[in-house]
Amino acid sequence: MTCDEARILLHALLDNELDAGHAREVEAHLAACPDCAAEFAAQREMQRVLADTSLRYTAPASLRSRIEASLPQAQRQQPNRRSVLRGFAMGSAVSAMAATGIVALVLRQDDQQRILSEVVSAHLRSLQAGHLTDVVSTDQHTVKPWFNGKLDVAPPVIDLTAQGFTLVGGRLDYIDARAIGAVVYKRRQHVVNLFVSQTSSTEHRPPKTQTMQGFNCRRWGERGLNFWAVSDIGADELAEFVDKFEAAMKANVEG
Amino acid sequence: MPATDDLQKAQRFREAALPYLDDVYTLARYLLRDASDAEDAVQECYLRALKHFDSYRGPAMKPWLFAILRNVCNAEYARRAHRPSAIDDTPGAADQTPIWQESEASPETEVLRSRDAGAIRKLIDALAEPFRETFVLREINNLSYREIAEAVGAPVGTVMSRLARARAMLRAAWTAEEEQAR
Repeated sequence: MTCDEARILLHALLDNELDAGHAREVEAHLAACPDCAAEFAAQREMQRVLADTSLRYTAPASLRSRIEASLPQAQRQQPNRRSVLRGFAMGSAVSAMAATGIVALVLRQDDQQRILSEVVSAHLRSLQAGHLTDVVSTDQHTVKPWFNGKLDVAPPVIDLTAQGFTLVGGRLDYIDARAIGAVVYKRRQHVVNLFVSQTSSTEHRPPKTQTMQGFNCRRWGERGLNFWAVSDIGADELAEFVDKFEAAMKANVEG
Repeated sequence: MPATDDLQKAQRFREAALPYLDDVYTLARYLLRDASDAEDAVQECYLRALKHFDSYRGPAMKPWLFAILRNVCNAEYARRAHRPSAIDDTPGAADQTPIWQESEASPETEVLRSRDAGAIRKLIDALAEPFRETFVLREINNLSYREIAEAVGAPVGTVMSRLARARAMLRAAWTAEEEQAR
């Protein structure tokens, strides 16, 4: 290897872009050539200094809102408009967008069905080996902070072990192309996934059970959050889970 | 009220592209070296990106946005008729200059002193294109060589030699400035 070649390739070595064979060749040249070795050391030093310096720029907030404003927006819903669907509007996962308010996405009738099927798919995915939890803990004070910074909502994480549903962890999931939180419980050997997403509606929507592909899904809305509890346990047991969760959440808020 | 499809597309676009706003803005600042031109270019870049979002097939959003931004910046330079094009893809004289030049100040014994960000940004701004662009994409935007090649539409080998040249020039300017400061 000539010095001219080495003077180019040493950068690729620095950037970890070389395969093992080429890396060895460059290293061999550096070991034999003090000039190139000095250049390598100097460049590594420069890279270190550059990495320690904040050279990035931050886009001005005005630019962000100008771009936001140029995107097609859902019209703000009239507050008195009765729309069962409105409750299913899911908030954006990107907290930066909160600056311009939550864009309510009004879903068509068939979208309700589609979201139910996505929720069930997410539940099925979670049952595959190693997919159930991103954070494994039976301690609500470990699981709850784990969601911080990952979502623009703080999913309520409530330990229901005493009520017969063991908290096993939390996970990020994707429903309707948005990141949402999943809190995972177990009832005996059955997994209960509780999906939580933001909604623009703060009104209470009573729980309702639907069945798809043999799974029961109970969904409800409370305090600006949409919940879907999915499991293969029976509808009555799932209703019991939701009742206990709601009771505990209420106690948490009031207590 | 826009059609639901449009809204969903806009929402998908928001989530895919807006997280890179600071990256795109950073590149625009270094390419155009002017804050308000950079803002205009970034806005135009996002408009074009949304327009072409349907045909976007991945894999990586960042290099895709950068490629669009480059086109916008080149158009901006063309508009500033009296100035040369921002990014010239044909290998110029600088590409052919040997990278290895013996420095008079025997810099291999020197340790670069830390400088404040403003001073380093100035040194980077002083780099000629296409070296500045390649350097910023690698060192500040953290793209891999392959992603840089994708964004600038040049072979990986060209990216590699531009980067080597950019770093050699930057270090030379840096040490020269330190010499002066002494």
